[in-house]
Amino acid sequence: MTLTDWFNKRKLEQKRALKENEVNIDDSVGKLWSLCYNCNSQLPKKDLEHNLMVCPVCDYHFRISARERIKLVIDEGTFEEKFSNIKGTDPLEFVDTKPYHKRQEEAHEKTGLDEAVITGLGEIDGQKVAIAVMDFDYMGGSMGSVVGEKVTRIMETAIELKVPMIAFTASGGARMQESALSLMQMAKTSCAVARLNEEKILYITVLCEPTFGGVTASFGTLGDIMIAEKGARIGFAGRRVIEQTIKQKLPADFQTAEYLLKYGQIDLIVERKEMKEKLSKIISMHTQK
Amino acid sequence: MVETLDKDKKIQILDFEKPIYIMQEKIEELKKISVDTNMNYNSEIETLEKQTQEYKKELYENLEPYQKLQIARHPSRPNFNDYIHYIFEDFIELHGDREGCDDRAIAGGIARMDGRPVMVIGTMKGKTTKENLECNFGMPQPQGYRKALRLFEHASKFKLPIITLVDTMGAYPGIKAEETGQGIAIAVNLRQMAKLEVPVISVITGEGCSGGALGLAVSNKVMILEYAYYTVISPEGCASILWRDAAEARTAANALKITGEDLLKYNIVDEVIKEPLGGAHYDPEQMAQNLKTSLINALDEFKNMTGEELKAHRYNKFRALGVFAQ
Repeated sequence: MTLTDWFNKRKLEQKRALKENEVNIDDSVGKLWSLCYNCNSQLPKKDLEHNLMVCPVCDYHFRISARERIKLVIDEGTFEEKFSNIKGTDPLEFVDTKPYHKRQEEAHEKTGLDEAVITGLGEIDGQKVAIAVMDFDYMGGSMGSVVGEKVTRIMETAIELKVPMIAFTASGGARMQESALSLMQMAKTSCAVARLNEEKILYITVLCEPTFGGVTASFGTLGDIMIAEKGARIGFAGRRVIEQTIKQKLPADFQTAEYLLKYGQIDLIVERKEMKEKLSKIISMHTQK
Repeated sequence: MVETLDKDKKIQILDFEKPIYIMQEKIEELKKISVDTNMNYNSEIETLEKQTQEYKKELYENLEPYQKLQIARHPSRPNFNDYIHYIFEDFIELHGDREGCDDRAIAGGIARMDGRPVMVIGTMKGKTTKENLECNFGMPQPQGYRKALRLFEHASKFKLPIITLVDTMGAYPGIKAEETGQGIAIAVNLRQMAKLEVPVISVITGEGCSGGALGLAVSNKVMILEYAYYTVISPEGCASILWRDAAEARTAANALKITGEDLLKYNIVDEVIKEPLGGAHYDPEQMAQNLKTSLINALDEFKNMTGEELKAHRYNKFRALGVFAQ
């Protein structure tokens, strides 16, 4: 055995040992405890869930799934999912380091969802609404043909039923794997908002952690009322792209909801635990005759 | 010294054009020898010239997407000012967003085309460093999109057909841009363009990158020049995210289907406008002529539609885009 072999072997053994340790952590502690990304507090998972996935120490809002969000704002038992029959394809037969259809399958396994948005009808304190909720865990919440189509259809449904429309966004932007087809979804959804406007249908957008790129530059920021969830990062270009372009460090709070509020880009910031109540009040003031 | 294919015009040549350059050099050499030695090489020269021409034709007809992109980015490619010069008469530029800014990356104004008054708006790229600094390399700020919107609405009010010429790497990613709502400015343009009651014709003349390009292109007819490209993200950006290696840009350019030919298949563009051999920069005047013909035809197509019909046409056009199963 040469010296290098010996070193390599030792390295491998160390790696294996590390891996085993990780598994141990997962088994004993990981399932019960979560680490707050913001303040590094060890939080019992049960407490965190009870607190709507908001850190009790620093108020950091953890990302939540589309289903959890629907549960938080829509009256129990009133949600009726729509357009779940619209499913993704691979129109460009896109392959990067993995084929697109493989990525779609993986995203489905990870989230149980067919696409990055759930659309449907439901009630908020008895007031009927049309709602689109994005899920960041499905391919970064990216918008391709299916997201664009479902969002457009639910907006058309809102017009048909004359009910307010609410969109919760969480997205890295347009989906690269569908290239210009994704880009066109920005136009399509924005044109649908134009119709909402013409029909004087109340449209509320709730920008959640994180909302960027093509969704920020289309239906995400076209709400008659624009809400941001506390702490959410919202922007057009990503932080890294801006840093590379201007070659300087950005302020720590850059592109946070609080930062955007300061610059007059959104109407208000709402904490998760108050979201339903705020939405309910806003809707009732716009619909009560 | 910049290598050129055309010695008088000082046009920078691209890597894949080098064989043509070498062949042309050989022809020149032969011509010189024939003069110096008083020997007649005319038939050889003629054959070589014919071969060069054939090679050129074959090369440019079979360009890969990434090579077309390089032509689209050529520093001498005709810009907004060139097209204004060759296509329009009596151009009167209208400046400013009325909120404290005149973004030079987007220019617009009223002009006549073939006698007809129109509103023409486009992104501006410079040809020199000085010009490029002034127009921020054709990357608009939110204020640029707001200026464009002001002009769109002016045109709609006074029934002037709108022509937009788009050539941009994208909306500018900067601190000020984010603070003043880059995303919102583009989104508002997309929505408001849907409401315009005049024909809107857009042409991607060079680079059509992402929302920054789309913010001027929600139109009744979208056309693209032969070597121009239109995409959701630059191939470099896509490569660095998906391949984690910007050097894979060529692969990304293939995967993203960015050329006019591909975009026609998905109805993202309605027409591809032919460029002079080698690209618009070899003959800007001819390019402008081709473009003008297509623009006039496009305006004729929509001239009998009412405002409501034009709106509905635009809505239905974009409503139909996307591929999914159900």
